[in-house]
Amino acid sequence: MTIALDHKALPAASMRRAGVFAALVLLLLAAIVHAISAGRFSVAPMEVLTILMRAAVDGVGTEMADRIVALVRLPRVLLAALSGAALAVGGAALQGVFRNPLVSPQVLGISQGAAFGGALAILTGISGVLLLGMAFVGGLAALIMVGLLARIDGRTEVITVILSGMVIGALFAALVSIVQFVADPNTSLPAIVYWLMGSFSTATWARLSLAVPGLTLGLFAVWLLRYRINLLALEEQEARSLGVRPDKERWLVFIAIALMTGTSVAVAGIVGWIGLVVPHAARIIVGEDHRVLIPASALLGAAYLVFVDTLARSLTSAEIPLGVLTALIGAPVFALLLRRHFRQVNRP
Amino acid sequence: MIGLDNAAVAFQGRRLFQRISFTVETGRTLAVLGPNGRGKTTLIRALLGLQVLAEGRRSAPDVTGYVPQHGASQSRLTGLDVVVMGRAARIGLFGQPGRGDIAAAEDALREVGASELAGLRYDRLSGGQRQLVLIARALATGSPALVLDEPTSALDLGNQSRTLDLLARLRDRRDRAILFTTHDPNHALAAADDVLLMLPGGEEQHGPLAEMITPDLMQRLYGVEMHWVTLPTGRKAIVPAFAGSAAA
Repeated sequence: MTIALDHKALPAASMRRAGVFAALVLLLLAAIVHAISAGRFSVAPMEVLTILMRAAVDGVGTEMADRIVALVRLPRVLLAALSGAALAVGGAALQGVFRNPLVSPQVLGISQGAAFGGALAILTGISGVLLLGMAFVGGLAALIMVGLLARIDGRTEVITVILSGMVIGALFAALVSIVQFVADPNTSLPAIVYWLMGSFSTATWARLSLAVPGLTLGLFAVWLLRYRINLLALEEQEARSLGVRPDKERWLVFIAIALMTGTSVAVAGIVGWIGLVVPHAARIIVGEDHRVLIPASALLGAAYLVFVDTLARSLTSAEIPLGVLTALIGAPVFALLLRRHFRQVNRP
Repeated sequence: MIGLDNAAVAFQGRRLFQRISFTVETGRTLAVLGPNGRGKTTLIRALLGLQVLAEGRRSAPDVTGYVPQHGASQSRLTGLDVVVMGRAARIGLFGQPGRGDIAAAEDALREVGASELAGLRYDRLSGGQRQLVLIARALATGSPALVLDEPTSALDLGNQSRTLDLLARLRDRRDRAILFTTHDPNHALAAADDVLLMLPGGEEQHGPLAEMITPDLMQRLYGVEMHWVTLPTGRKAIVPAFAGSAAA
């Protein structure tokens, strides 16, 4: 057997891996500092660090810059970072489990279910924890319906899950339209529409603390399952022969993703494309082993969403809806990645 | 020990096979021989518990070392990563492969003579190299049973020979129950002790190699006249009458 391949020694690979993670952490920190310093009221990056350190020791100062940095921008940036990590990790995990690089929480109908829950909450004047709860319940309900629909003869196959997800997603999208149709055009309708477009503009420490449990719990669960996702990415029969029970274990991943998606939709509306674009980029950098891909997607997703959110609020005088911006950036980037991917696949 | 007892598999109301019984004891190798489309892969799936039995029972360890015809084909992982997956049942739901799992995987790669594939990307390996990695993964499970689905069907002659040598070597250690499917009786001669014939018309015969691999039975199995030939090496091979070119 002739071996015409690049021999890469394993220690060199792990050195490179450590370098990549150091770079990703630096990228995230840079994105966070830049996000806090940029805006209509700009604060020099060094001053940002001084203010944050002072706030950590003595509490928030009374200066204008102190209050903007610690009370307005920091919670917003942290919420964007956490949501970005959760959405990217959710996408990476789903793509692994489905062995399909084109799936995302939208494909399973989770986002639409969460959107319906949230829209219903706004329509009936509910906010805060209850809105978050309704978005999560909506996402979970969509997921359970997909599960029941896709379960045929006691077994669940990947393709039926995807098709069921499309059906349930369409159903909940229609339900969201009904909510919009009956909403008061002067008050609740604009609130629902702007919320669905996605934004972190309402972020406060209170809102952040609302979102932290769901997002971190979901991230932690997927992180624990990171090696199992490698096994779930095998063909169903092959995985089962190795002692894995894909039809059951997959649901652990799904529930974690529903938790993260529901929470992020509740606090920031539908911010699409993160779960598609970021894992692709991460895969190009670190490869397909989910033990590395999951943490890399988390760091890259956090940095990316922090950066895009900064653009959204500083590009023009009025804030651009975040979902619009992530789509405007995401679609072309995704198209380029896709072309690159297929060119690589087709290379002899 | 693995085996089926009075097993039947139905697919869309049609019986693919019924009342199949056989056992492979630890230390023995069984070759399942039959024409294409006769249900060899279904038999393996039934044995591994991947296919619901309409009747009968199967006996197999919790995890069987299984070598599929095409496996892990999409992974951009290293050969070692693929072999480590054989440890899945021991690693557990929230676990990570530890030093012991990696050592077991390296041992398995050494056992199949493919240590040099550990650091190479699996999706860039040749068919023969992938086969070795998948056999190593099956060995890394630590299972007392090894089941291979057409291990030679996609390989060129050189790789077929290497795979059969490996199977014969594993058999000679006499510490596992081994079952493989093939449609070439010479592969059974090279690496098996016993043979299960899946004859046309839903009939099976099961017995020791010498009684099963005969020109008569092979002719019934494939519908082609078969003859023994003696090779210059002293080994005997069984070939179809169409083999060779017409004498001048």
